[in-house]
Amino acid sequence: MSGSVLEIKNLHVSIEDKEILKGANLTIKGGEFHAIMGPNGTGKSTLASAIMGHPKYEVTEGSILLDGEDVLEMEVDERARAGLFLAMQYPSEISGVTTSDFLRSAINARRDEGDEVSLMKFIKQLDKDLDFLEIDQNMATRYLNEGFSGGEKKRNEILQLMQLKPAIAILDEIDSGLDIDALKVVSDGINKMRNDKFGCLIITHYQRLLNYITPDFVHVMMQGRVVKSGGPELAKRLEEEGYEWIKEELGIEDETVEQNA
Amino acid sequence: MAVETKLPFDKDYIDQFSKNRNEPQWMNSLRLNALEIADTLEMPKPDKTKIGNWNFSNFKHEFKEGEAISSVKDLPAEMQAYFDEGNAPQNLLIQRNHSVAYNTLNEELKNKGVIFTDIFTAMNEHSDLVEKYYMKDAVAVDQNRLTALHAALVNGGIFVYIPKNVQVEEPLQAIFWQEDPETALFNHVLVVAEEGSSLTYVENYISHNDEQETIANIVTEVFAHDNAQVAYGAVDNFAAGTTTYINRRGVGHRDAKINWALGQMNDGNTVSENITYLLGDNSTSEAKAVTVGRGKQTQNFTASIRQFGKETDAYILQRGVMKGSATTIFNAIGKIEHGGTKSNSEQESRILMLSEKSRGDANPILLIDEDDVTAGHAASVGRVDPLQMYYLMSRGLKKEEAERLVIHGFLDPVVSQIPIESVRKQLTQVIERKVN
Repeated sequence: MSGSVLEIKNLHVSIEDKEILKGANLTIKGGEFHAIMGPNGTGKSTLASAIMGHPKYEVTEGSILLDGEDVLEMEVDERARAGLFLAMQYPSEISGVTTSDFLRSAINARRDEGDEVSLMKFIKQLDKDLDFLEIDQNMATRYLNEGFSGGEKKRNEILQLMQLKPAIAILDEIDSGLDIDALKVVSDGINKMRNDKFGCLIITHYQRLLNYITPDFVHVMMQGRVVKSGGPELAKRLEEEGYEWIKEELGIEDETVEQNA
Repeated sequence: MAVETKLPFDKDYIDQFSKNRNEPQWMNSLRLNALEIADTLEMPKPDKTKIGNWNFSNFKHEFKEGEAISSVKDLPAEMQAYFDEGNAPQNLLIQRNHSVAYNTLNEELKNKGVIFTDIFTAMNEHSDLVEKYYMKDAVAVDQNRLTALHAALVNGGIFVYIPKNVQVEEPLQAIFWQEDPETALFNHVLVVAEEGSSLTYVENYISHNDEQETIANIVTEVFAHDNAQVAYGAVDNFAAGTTTYINRRGVGHRDAKINWALGQMNDGNTVSENITYLLGDNSTSEAKAVTVGRGKQTQNFTASIRQFGKETDAYILQRGVMKGSATTIFNAIGKIEHGGTKSNSEQESRILMLSEKSRGDANPILLIDEDDVTAGHAASVGRVDPLQMYYLMSRGLKKEEAERLVIHGFLDPVVSQIPIESVRKQLTQVIERKVN
């Protein structure tokens, strides 16, 4: 194992002065697939956004380290070039910029000047990945995410994941709004990334996705913290029994981050 | 309030200027009459821009002939970028200062009766034809003081004539290279497409007078007769020292189509009017324009399509990026006249602000004098969306690169409409230079 290590320690995050994350801890190593589950409103997406550096989220306490480097000191683009990737729940639409032009710029952003990817090589790999994800070839020439259906946007996020090959990827509800066929294709794309260096954090509130992508570790988030961790069996139990037993076990009445508000 | 600008040129000067060029009598008279009335006319009044203290009087009119060019390879590298590498266009006219430095036209087109020559040669060789259209039904001499001055002082230009049912496949390209930094350019472009004909025309204006002050006073008249199609592309790139008044008009008859794609990249103060009259039933027009404002320049763009015919279709699209302390006003005016039933008028004007000190305004105007029509408008002035930046940067793009993509994307709906690929690329490079 020689992948990267992402360490999240005691992370507190606010949005517009309201604290959402209240001391989240998590470590993801290369080669590992983690899933974070939990009902809506418990801070899962906030964790993803804070790791990537979303402009509206403010880290008030704690640290995020990637291979020992302070991620919070990095600009968003530096985080990406350091090896982080976030498949977003609501990707922006960029009018006038084709998906393929954008992808090529993103790939080249990781390479030195004069060492840009050749057009032929780029197109070949792009065609391959489009085929694999069963995406119509014309998506490459369409403007990025503009007029894409929900499913197309999700596939496009995974296309970018496959093209950019990050060290650690965070997938924020990549399964939402996907029908079963699309879910399978997207899962295949993610599974294809699996190797002993690639680390992945999958955020979902449905166990369904985990039928296709088997995580090594499963975490439950409530009240802005990781409250329980386990193996794949934890996800199975959540599917069968829901979250009530965890709340009972931990004495939680309201699992959302609203409970102090 | 008209601005007091004493004309630096008198009747004798104009008369001599005209005679030196062996102009036909009608042109000589047109010049002298225009000079006479200019003083009585008011300056144009672009909406929301005061041009009272702009330089419209400090310029030279006498000029030296520009040297001829034997091959496009002799052009400065910057201008060679307007052509595909090693492949000079078949139909090209280069006007250097005020004289033709280079002019080619495909033999086959020549034989079919296509005319593609400078405006003075055309006045001599095709006097009646030019007279029929020159400053009559599109731009009137007495529209304002600047159009009258244009008529009196015109010192450059081109005449394009496409006979009935002739389709010009290869674009006609004109380059107006204002090498002399002080002499004003009064350029007249006259395009006539006869019934059933079609053409693509692309022009470039270039000057380098960042310090020296002068003016450009340009009139374009496009006539598309029944069922004719005109695609008109332009990249205006006058330097900061040039104050520009540019008046481009189109007249479309039955089933005609006039599409404008204008890259308005001047660095000096600019007033631009782009007005198309859709006279004939079923005629259509698209007026697309893009600009980048920088430094302290002030620009005012009016795009207007007036629809007289029945079942006409009009679409105005304007996009502008503002930086530094530049100011840009977009006026989009869709007008459906009484009788223009079942016509459609759509417009969209958007400005993207990149700096705190820049200013922009987009004014959507719809004037409808007919009941059974459809119309729509959209206008916005805004900044770069921080969430778009976040998304692009989250894929590793540096801030400048992400911003560059957003800007090019914002301008693309117009840039992509420029008809010649090499000119499109050149426009993209000019945009790049202006926004960085």
